[in-house]
Amino acid sequence: MGRHVATVDLPGPVLTAAGCAGTGRELAAYGDLSALGGFVTRTITLRPRPGGPLPRVVESPSGLLHAVGLQNPGLDRFLATELPWLVRAGARVVVSIAGETVAEHAELARRVGQSPGVAAVEVDLSEPDPLDWGLVETREPMASGLVATRIVATCRRELPRDVPVLAKVRPDPLRVLDQALALVEAGVDGLVVGHSLPALMPDGRHAGLSGPSLFPVARRCVAEVHAGLPTLPVMGCGGVATADDARAMLAAGAVAVQVGSALLADPTTAHRISAELAAEPAGGDGAADGAGVPA
Amino acid sequence: MSTATGSTTAGGAPDTPTGPRHVTGEILTTKKVGAYQHLTLAVPDVAERARPGTFVALPAGEGRLGRRAFWIRGVRTVGGFGSAVEVVVDPVGPGSRWLAAQPAGTRLEVTGPLGRPFSLPRDPVSCVLVGEGYSAACLFPLASRLKERGCTVVILLAAADESRLLAALEARRTARSVTVVTGDGSVGRAGAGSSLADLVGAALPEVLARAEADVVYAAAPAATLARVAGAAEDAGAWSQTALEQPGPCLTGLCQGCAVPVLGEDRVVRMVRGCTEGPVLRGDRVRWDSLGRVPTETAETAGGGAV
Repeated sequence: MGRHVATVDLPGPVLTAAGCAGTGRELAAYGDLSALGGFVTRTITLRPRPGGPLPRVVESPSGLLHAVGLQNPGLDRFLATELPWLVRAGARVVVSIAGETVAEHAELARRVGQSPGVAAVEVDLSEPDPLDWGLVETREPMASGLVATRIVATCRRELPRDVPVLAKVRPDPLRVLDQALALVEAGVDGLVVGHSLPALMPDGRHAGLSGPSLFPVARRCVAEVHAGLPTLPVMGCGGVATADDARAMLAAGAVAVQVGSALLADPTTAHRISAELAAEPAGGDGAADGAGVPA
Repeated sequence: MSTATGSTTAGGAPDTPTGPRHVTGEILTTKKVGAYQHLTLAVPDVAERARPGTFVALPAGEGRLGRRAFWIRGVRTVGGFGSAVEVVVDPVGPGSRWLAAQPAGTRLEVTGPLGRPFSLPRDPVSCVLVGEGYSAACLFPLASRLKERGCTVVILLAAADESRLLAALEARRTARSVTVVTGDGSVGRAGAGSSLADLVGAALPEVLARAEADVVYAAAPAATLARVAGAAEDAGAWSQTALEQPGPCLTGLCQGCAVPVLGEDRVVRMVRGCTEGPVLRGDRVRWDSLGRVPTETAETAGGGAV
C-alpha cells in the first residue's frame, strides 16, 4: 500500500493546529514550544494575504465560526522571520501550506523543504471555501489524477525524502477513507482529519465551524481512516480540548492530536494536555483503552 | 507634530516582569456602580505585570468559547491574596452579563496582562486624556503614572449618562482639570441629539488648545477615537488610542481582530488589535476602513512591527 517515504516521527502526541497558534511567539509566553509534539504554523501562501473583513471569528453554540481569510505574511517573509524564530525556539515545525495552483504548491514545498528545521509539511486541502480565497478547488471526488492527489504527489516530489507530507482533509466521515486511499496512492505520509465544517456566518458569508461540536465528527473520521488504512499515521484535529479528548482520539486510532480552537480560550491547553498525557497516557478511567501513544 | 513619541518608554521599572500569564484567579469583590459592575480579581503573577493600557481576558460563561477583554483599571494589594486587578464590566451581552452576575469567591481563568500599553513620555509634557464610558477605566492608572513623571494631566470624560460616567471625582484628584460631557446632559456639557463622538469632537479642540497638549491619550469606542485622532492631528499633538476590537482569543493567536494601520513605510497592514494594539497611534489607524481590508493593503503584518 502506498508509496509514502517519510516517517512521521514526533516526540509527543500533541501539536497545535494550523491557524490557532499565531506565529509561535505569542504561545511561547505560556509554555516552551519544544515541550509540544509539534507546532503547526498558520497556513502560508506564496504571496502575502491581508485576510478578510470583520467579524472574522464569532461564537456559535459549542463552536466558533471563522472566516479569517488565510491572513499570512507570504512565503518569503515567513521563511525569513517566523520559521527561523520557531526553529530557534526548539519547536518541531510543521508548515501548513495552501496554493492557488498545483505549480504554487510545488514552489511552496520546494522552498519550505530547503529550509532547515522543518519537521513536516501539512498541505491544506480542506479550506471550507477555497474559491472564496482563490485557492485550488479540492471538492471534487478524490481519485488518482485529480487535483488534490496531484498536489500531494507534487509536494512529495519537491520535498526532501526525510520531510513527511501530511494532507489535511475535511471532516467528512463517509468520504474520508476514499480521500485517504487516493492520497496514499499519491504518496502522502500522513493525514490530518479534519478541518472545520463549511458553514455560514450570521451575516451570510462563508465560514468554517470549529470547536467541541466537531469532536465526535473528527473522531469518527479518524476511526474510519484507521479501519481502512491501519498503518497510515493519522492526526485527529477537531474540538480537542482536554486530555480525555486526546486519549479518546488516540484510542480511535490517531497517532497524535492537534489542538486548535481550545487554544483561543486557554493558550495553555496544548501544553496542559501534553503534560497530562505524559503523566497518565491511558487516563484514570481506562477511557483510552487500546490507544497507541507514540513514544 | 512634536517628537514626543520619540522619547517615550513603555513604562514600568526595568526589572519588573512583563508578558502575559494564564492563571486561575478569584473574584474578591463585585460591586454595582451606576450601570457598571466593578470587579476586583486576585490574580497571582498578573497584577504586577500590568501597565496602563493593558487588559485581561476573562471567560464569558459555560458554553461560550470566546473570551472578553477588560481594561485594567487599577492594581492593588489585598491582604492574604497578594496583588489584585480591578476591572469594570459593562453588562451588555450574555458573556458580560454572566461575568457581572458572578459572586465573590468565583474562580476564573484569567489571561493577562495583554496588549501593548500606552507609551509614557520621558519628559514632563502636557497630556490630555479622553475616556468614554467604561473604557475610561484604563486612563486612571495612566493618569497616575503621568503625574509621577511631572506631566500635566487634563481629562475629558464622556458618557451616555451619569450612570456610565466613570469616577469623575477620582479624575479630579489627579487632573489639573476635568471636562465632562454626557449624551443626555445629566452632567457637564449637554449634548442632547448628538452622538457622543460628535460631542467629544466638538469639545476637544478647546480642551487641547487650553492645555497646549503635546500628547492625547484616548480610550473609547472607535467612532470617538477617530474624532480624537483627528482633533489631535489638527492641534499638532500625538495621539495614542486604545482600541477595543472583539476577538475570541485576545492573545494574538487567531487574527480575528485585525485593524488596518499605516506603517512608517506608508504601507497599510492588517495588524492584530489585541497584540500590536490595543494602543495604536491615532494618526496611523485607518479609521474609515475599520472592519474592512482597505484596497491599498499591500501585504500583511500579523506578528510584525506596526
